[in-house]
Amino acid sequence: MAEDKRHNKANLEDPAKRDTFRTLFKRFGVVLVGTIVGQSMILSRPARAAEALRPPGALPDLDFDSACIRCGLCVDDCPYDILKLASWAGPAPQGTPYFVAREEPCRMCTDIPCAKACPTGALDRHMTDIKKADMGVAVLVDHETCLNYKGLTCSICWRVCPIRDEAITLEPVQSEKGKLLIPTVHSDKCTGCGTCEKHCVLSEAAIRVLPRELGLGLSGRNSVGRS
Amino acid sequence: MLRRLKRGLYRHRWLLMRRIVQISILLAFTVHIPGYGKIADGNLSSSLWFGELKLTDPFILLQSFLAGSSIALPALLGAILVGGFYAFFAGRLYCSWVCPINLLTDLAYWLRKKLKIKGNMSLSRSLRLWILALALALSLFGGTLAWEMVNPITRFQRELIWFSFSGAMLLGALFLFDLFVSRRAWCGHLCPVGAFYGLIGRYGRLKVTATPSESCDASGCSRCMTVCPEPHVLAPVVSKQAQAVTSVDCTRCGACLDECHEGALSMKLDLVGMVTRKVDE
Repeated sequence: MAEDKRHNKANLEDPAKRDTFRTLFKRFGVVLVGTIVGQSMILSRPARAAEALRPPGALPDLDFDSACIRCGLCVDDCPYDILKLASWAGPAPQGTPYFVAREEPCRMCTDIPCAKACPTGALDRHMTDIKKADMGVAVLVDHETCLNYKGLTCSICWRVCPIRDEAITLEPVQSEKGKLLIPTVHSDKCTGCGTCEKHCVLSEAAIRVLPRELGLGLSGRNSVGRS
Repeated sequence: MLRRLKRGLYRHRWLLMRRIVQISILLAFTVHIPGYGKIADGNLSSSLWFGELKLTDPFILLQSFLAGSSIALPALLGAILVGGFYAFFAGRLYCSWVCPINLLTDLAYWLRKKLKIKGNMSLSRSLRLWILALALALSLFGGTLAWEMVNPITRFQRELIWFSFSGAMLLGALFLFDLFVSRRAWCGHLCPVGAFYGLIGRYGRLKVTATPSESCDASGCSRCMTVCPEPHVLAPVVSKQAQAVTSVDCTRCGACLDECHEGALSMKLDLVGMVTRKVDE
């Protein structure tokens, strides 16, 4: 036991070994600090905000984040200059493309130039039908301010919809105010282009495009119940 | 007068060529030609030249692959073209002839010399390799393109091409760091993109080569080393231990060639070396 101790002591006092350990610890320290800082930077970056919509044909969020190489070819090929690349402070991971429907909605070009331009498959360049695109889903979020709910016939969202009478229909409903025409979104037809949100006449849109997982409910195995 | 101008141009021929190439590339990405559009769409991470030629940065694609994405064919072909070019010629050609950040850091260095700023925090030149490893590891574990959260190259381009200025602070910080804190800190010590290109250009054929010259021996000036952004790469040549610069850190910027008035250095495509080495093996 005593001998062991002495042996250890001799080991530690060996200057060459001390140096080796010092550099070793230094390197481990650097790696550890680097990983912690880097990882926390990655995690602290805000995920894509709900109002930042991806171009048509985009992969699901996390897959998109790893597949997109932030080149901006889709941005350059958008004929209406709708797409933007997120900056450091943007509403999506830095350098990734997005658009905000309330500012400029997707015009749903039939030849889908943005998706064709993508070199990596973050946008599906083989997509042929823009009506199959899933940029989100329109949701009539506010029933209190929507003019059609107030008994007026604004119906602007229905009129501007590029897939009119399929993605949005006006459903007659009898209420105490009289007959209402309620704009109703059909999620299987809606592409999330955002034209309805852009043209809503209110100062804040009552109909908004949300990512599908935010905008839609989902029934489980039973029509009632959480699983 | 004219002769002086001519001599001045000659003495800066490599620098001038380099600036012309760098700025042309920058303009190709930014200037809209009426009726044609831009010569190059996209940015340095992936681009479309003349509407035909697709190029992709192999480093960024590698991060994307590590982050868990499968690699699509157009990006892969583009990366092979770019990677192949640099592997054949010289990896860090990218740093001195293509990268726009070089304009910024060269300006910082020039200003540093003009202002006679002596203070220098010394950094290890192998730091960039560690940062490279960290960027790749974080891509793997973070599921995102880790270096692209920082990368000043594409950030600078994004700001020029698509007019956003929120990243300008980082570029400013980088400039000031190079200017006041540490000499040639970014390009020579920190940037993992340069480290990556250096590695893939390990056996690049384009080399600064010494021609045996008596005047070089006699003068013993080693002025080439004082202007070199990575002076250690020239050491074996100046001390006559090697015929050519073989270090991965050499950016082939040609500063040494501009500075050498003895004609002892030249840029050579060493194809013979490739053949003889194969024979040797």
